[in-house]
Amino acid sequence: MAETSDSRLPAPFNKSTESFELIAQGAESLLYRTTFLSSSQPAALKVRPEKKWRHPTLDKRLTRARILAEARVLVKLSGEGVVAGGGGRKVKDPKKGDVGVGGMRGCVPKVLGLDWEQGWMVTEWIEGKTVKEAIYGASKVQVVDDEKTVEELKVLLRNMGEVVGKLHACGVVHGDLTTSNMMLRPRASTSDAVTGCLDGDILLIDFGLATQSHSDEDRAVDLYVLERAFGSTHPKEEDLFGTVLEAYANGEESGMKGKAGKVAVRRLEDVRMRGRKKSMLG
Amino acid sequence: MPIAIGLEGSANKLGVGIILHPSSSTPSSPHDSAHSEDEAFTSKPTSPPVQILANLRHTFVSPPGTGFLPKDTAAHHRRWVVRLTKQALKQARIQLEDVDCICYTKGPGMGAPLGAVAIAARTLSQLWDKPLIGVNHCVGHIEMGRAITGAENPVVLYVSGGNTQVIAYSAQRYRIFGEALDIAVGNCLDRFARVLNISNDPAPGYNIEQLAKDGKCLLELPYAVKGMDVSFSGILARVEELARRLTTTTSTNPWLDPDTGLDITKSDLCFTLQETVFAMLVEITERAMAHVGAQQVLIVGGVGCNERLQQMMGIMASERGGSVYATDERFCIDNGIMIAHAGLLAHGKGFETKLEESTFTQRFRTDEVLVNWRD
Repeated sequence: MAETSDSRLPAPFNKSTESFELIAQGAESLLYRTTFLSSSQPAALKVRPEKKWRHPTLDKRLTRARILAEARVLVKLSGEGVVAGGGGRKVKDPKKGDVGVGGMRGCVPKVLGLDWEQGWMVTEWIEGKTVKEAIYGASKVQVVDDEKTVEELKVLLRNMGEVVGKLHACGVVHGDLTTSNMMLRPRASTSDAVTGCLDGDILLIDFGLATQSHSDEDRAVDLYVLERAFGSTHPKEEDLFGTVLEAYANGEESGMKGKAGKVAVRRLEDVRMRGRKKSMLG
Repeated sequence: MPIAIGLEGSANKLGVGIILHPSSSTPSSPHDSAHSEDEAFTSKPTSPPVQILANLRHTFVSPPGTGFLPKDTAAHHRRWVVRLTKQALKQARIQLEDVDCICYTKGPGMGAPLGAVAIAARTLSQLWDKPLIGVNHCVGHIEMGRAITGAENPVVLYVSGGNTQVIAYSAQRYRIFGEALDIAVGNCLDRFARVLNISNDPAPGYNIEQLAKDGKCLLELPYAVKGMDVSFSGILARVEELARRLTTTTSTNPWLDPDTGLDITKSDLCFTLQETVFAMLVEITERAMAHVGAQQVLIVGGVGCNERLQQMMGIMASERGGSVYATDERFCIDNGIMIAHAGLLAHGKGFETKLEESTFTQRFRTDEVLVNWRD
């Protein structure tokens, strides 16, 4: 397929006969829908292209570090090769002391392959739309049936809080939590039709800035990034954000029940204040 | 036709500006050349046209190796404000009756200098019986940038000695998407300049930029981007360490670039610092653009004068099919005209700061201002 996108595909994909559909051009990377190793395995190819505005030495250093860091985190969260058993199942009730290996299987994409020199990584393909698109869709419908949409939104937000809680309980902070980095995968029984259904599994993607941490500070900053990104992108729904935090600290599926979740949320108040009280000169 | 006087002094630049907003019925015409070095400017048609009647500034420059302290800066502003205001009025050739309001920087910034300017504003307001308008410094930069460049709805990178923010407009607020978590990028550059005794005239950042043009070796500095935010204190600590090492380098104790075998110079350090911190700024701006779906970037604030930063941002923007907008030093660097402009926009919507409320504050978030002159 001789499209212009071919020129941005790294080896070995630039010689491949498979189809590559450009899905997104994020700040960090290009995302293609394609297949990997077999035509029946749909995959997401994430390419980190050269940034010509950065010094080449800096660019190479950053690209390599970020691909490796992202892959390591995903592999840990999916528990590849450590715990046997089918993928795609939510791991319920992670045991205490289980330091998160495999704790997010089904909630993050599986890694299929990568090359840090060429700047690419392939993960399994997640069907569905981003949470950002889902909320925008619901926003448009809101005029028609106000209360019902708000309730549906709250369900979505609770799911968001729980999945972030699970992530933190696994000892990982995402580093770039936004509604563009969350996928809403419809459950088999529902169809995401005209009504803009907000129910479904939430998966986290784009772990390019993720780090492994258990600290309250890092968790609070993670929540703060999400809070601000949410408010900036969805100003009409901003007031509902508390639902996310509540589900994070207390939700059924959240791994952060008990003190850890509440501690992080309280720390979030400090982080918020920091922004406000910061001295601004000139 | 509304005219406003704007007074700015949140850091070491004292600015006095006089602006005219032609009403929509009067055709905007180029000003005659008898006026100040800033010829009146009719901006691109997408934003309300403005006419700059005067834009004067005087900078308090401290000796190399030092920064400017609040007390001395305030004294400088007190010494210059009357002179600058008189000069501005003369250049603008307006009558006092034509002036609609006195705008001043309410904040954020350094306390004592802000106070000196606030007192001047209050004095003028009472002397001439004109309403006062307290303006947010950051909003001033943004509105002036929009007016001069004609950018419709860009992501704004506001970078100066005191501020580093990535801003996007949404629902009558300038929302902060990302910012520096500790010190501003300009502060990082200025403090680095002190260790190497780089001159503060006209500004330390300007001299770093000139030195960096001769730099070739990229040393390693930490790269601290945290989501949409950035952090500079770690980078500053490391680059100061490198600067101190440079001062102890001699012919018997050399410091060589491992690739070329040449001596590491001041220029290499300047180059390294600029490439690193600017890459971080372009990165967070890119993130915001991707998230919001914007094509345009507007750079405002003193550090926005830097041509390397503008160049890097331009490459990033064009790779995304967008463009970058920037202004020259008349408007990038703190000035009075931006305060007059933003103040007049607010005044047009009925905003006024009563005398009892004409305070100033060191901390004033950009998103606290209700931008009701936009939809």
